[in-house]
Amino acid sequence: MSGEEFVPLSLTPLLIGIFAAVACALPGNFLLLRKQALIGDAISHVVLPGIVVAFLLTGAISAAPMMLGAAGAAVVAVVLIEAIRRLGRIEPGAAMGVVFTTMFAGGVLLLEQTDTSSVHLDVEHALYGNLESLIWLDAVGWSSLLDPEALAHLPVELPRMALTLLAVSLFIAVFWRVLKISTFDEGFARTMGIRTNLLGMALVITAAVAAVAAFDAVGSIIVIAMFICPPAAARMISNQLEGQVGWSVGFAVLSATFGYVLAGYGPLWLGAQDAVSAAGMIATVSGVILAIAARFGPCRTRSGAPVGV
Amino acid sequence: MLIDALLLQLGYNATLVAIGATLLGISAGVTGTFLFLRKRALVSDAISHATLPGVCLAFILMASFGGDGRNLIGLLLGSAVSASVGLWCLNWLTRNTRLAEDAAIGSVLSVFFGFGIVLLTVIQTLGVGRQAGLEGFLLGSTAGMLWTDAMVIAVGGAVTLLLIMLIRRPMTLVAFDPEYAAARGLPVSKIDMAMMGLVMAVTVVGLKIVGLILIVALLIIPPVAARFWTERSDYVVLLAGLMGGVSAYVGAALSASAPNLPTGPIIVLMSFALFLISLLFAPSRGVLAAILRHFRFQRRVHMRQGLLALAQGQPIYEKLTLRLLRKRGFVRADGVSTDKGKARAAKALRDEHRWAVVRSDQAHEAAAALYDGLRQIETVLTQDQIAEVDRQIGGPKEILA
Repeated sequence: MSGEEFVPLSLTPLLIGIFAAVACALPGNFLLLRKQALIGDAISHVVLPGIVVAFLLTGAISAAPMMLGAAGAAVVAVVLIEAIRRLGRIEPGAAMGVVFTTMFAGGVLLLEQTDTSSVHLDVEHALYGNLESLIWLDAVGWSSLLDPEALAHLPVELPRMALTLLAVSLFIAVFWRVLKISTFDEGFARTMGIRTNLLGMALVITAAVAAVAAFDAVGSIIVIAMFICPPAAARMISNQLEGQVGWSVGFAVLSATFGYVLAGYGPLWLGAQDAVSAAGMIATVSGVILAIAARFGPCRTRSGAPVGV
Repeated sequence: MLIDALLLQLGYNATLVAIGATLLGISAGVTGTFLFLRKRALVSDAISHATLPGVCLAFILMASFGGDGRNLIGLLLGSAVSASVGLWCLNWLTRNTRLAEDAAIGSVLSVFFGFGIVLLTVIQTLGVGRQAGLEGFLLGSTAGMLWTDAMVIAVGGAVTLLLIMLIRRPMTLVAFDPEYAAARGLPVSKIDMAMMGLVMAVTVVGLKIVGLILIVALLIIPPVAARFWTERSDYVVLLAGLMGGVSAYVGAALSASAPNLPTGPIIVLMSFALFLISLLFAPSRGVLAAILRHFRFQRRVHMRQGLLALAQGQPIYEKLTLRLLRKRGFVRADGVSTDKGKARAAKALRDEHRWAVVRSDQAHEAAAALYDGLRQIETVLTQDQIAEVDRQIGGPKEILA
């Protein structure tokens, strides 16, 4: 494919997809090891009411208040889950189920109650985003990458997602040692003077930031898939945390690239006319990778347990 | 308008929806209880999201063979097949790999849902037309419900309830103590499978009314709410069924009474309201009960400390203690103890001495273990034992100058 076609139509969505996938997969590794994998699922559901409330308050679709609303909703959800779990002495899974379904239902109700027909805000969009529409119209070819005029009109999602990825990577890199210790042995981490509850909260908030930024660009389904599938597949490959994180980033990039290409060009190869949902395809590809890893990965069994028990 | 809706006076379709939703709510609440007690509540989330590819594939199949793609029974069969594939993947992942159940739930949920969305876009591009109903399965749509649809839902709900009644006891046993159940010779994995099968049935039946994203709420919220009120599993089951039924019925009626009130979310919010009431006001497990318990405890501690201080002639500065003593008439407003107060204080001090003897005597070890500073000694020892303790303490002694 020529640069004239690739750069404006596919380069930016592809990059946004990859950045979003990696930004979610990085904190996903720690959430997976801490048995909090479903936090990503809960966050991506509660983002909807946050965005709707932000829209109602500001009356416009603009990025900053919506991101704030979504992040606020994520924090509210985490606090609510914790409150219900402690006050009602309910197991965390059920508390999570109560909170995120209720908040999602509230979001859908608000959306139906308000007149949002004039703006692009609906449940389907929230679920599977519109990665395909994030095109870079001002580009004419590879040369545009050096052209400041064209670069000024990049889709805003691209720099935002890149920034989020940078922030998430920084958080993981700075807190690597304490995160690692507190993930594997929380009691030991506390005796060393690490504030494990604060650290856990910071990790969840980082995950929420990644989820909200990615949600804005690519929809919630990729967010859930990328929080869990690449780290889970990487867990089958490596016994080292370093290895696991490395593999998960690789798998995330692979799923995003492959998924995007398959969604965009797969139907054309099969003779169909239109592309299918890229977000859905990326999630599907990550599932295939997980399935292969779960079947053939060298570290797939629990250590000590024989295969098949 | 709302009264009309609650009394099923809003016409044929609204009545169908209300009855169907109520049956669904009851069976979801009852089924969800076992899932909740087994601590696997979120498995239902994976199952419900895994129905989407089946719905789409069934639609494509039926449409490509020239039929009406929207035949409800066909779509529900498709969803059941893909949900069981999802469930199988979930079980395989947790049993054969090192992944914990939550990770397996998340991966099945996201991958199946993602694949379903791919299929949805495929259907849109196929241009078979009349696919508009399919998005309704995401959030439920009761607008165009037909008599046959309602019958499918009603029969499905009733059959699920019947099955639960049949295997209720083994499911309860497995939910509470799987090891014991296995030792008794029960096929634990088969019972687990049956439990999941029932959850799947409820999910599939509920797709049309509340949609696949929100059906999870009906399976989780009523059991969690019911758990607050009782410690007995069969009452939890009954209460959860009742709460599920009530919230589904009121929710369906509410949504029929005004425009722009989608059925599924309203039902979920109704059941959350019931949950909130339970969380706050349930006896013994509720928040309010816990707060009251705390205050009662606090008052007892302050009362005891105050009485002991009075008996030993120490001044009391603590405000709450003073207020409590004054309210009971044990001290006057200026802090000097009344006769009644002196009598009670003397008794408190005497009981404290009795406890000291009891706690220093090996023979009273069991009784001494119950000492927490607040327990009345009469509730632990018999009159004879107390007399014996008093004999050891002896009568009043002269204070040496």
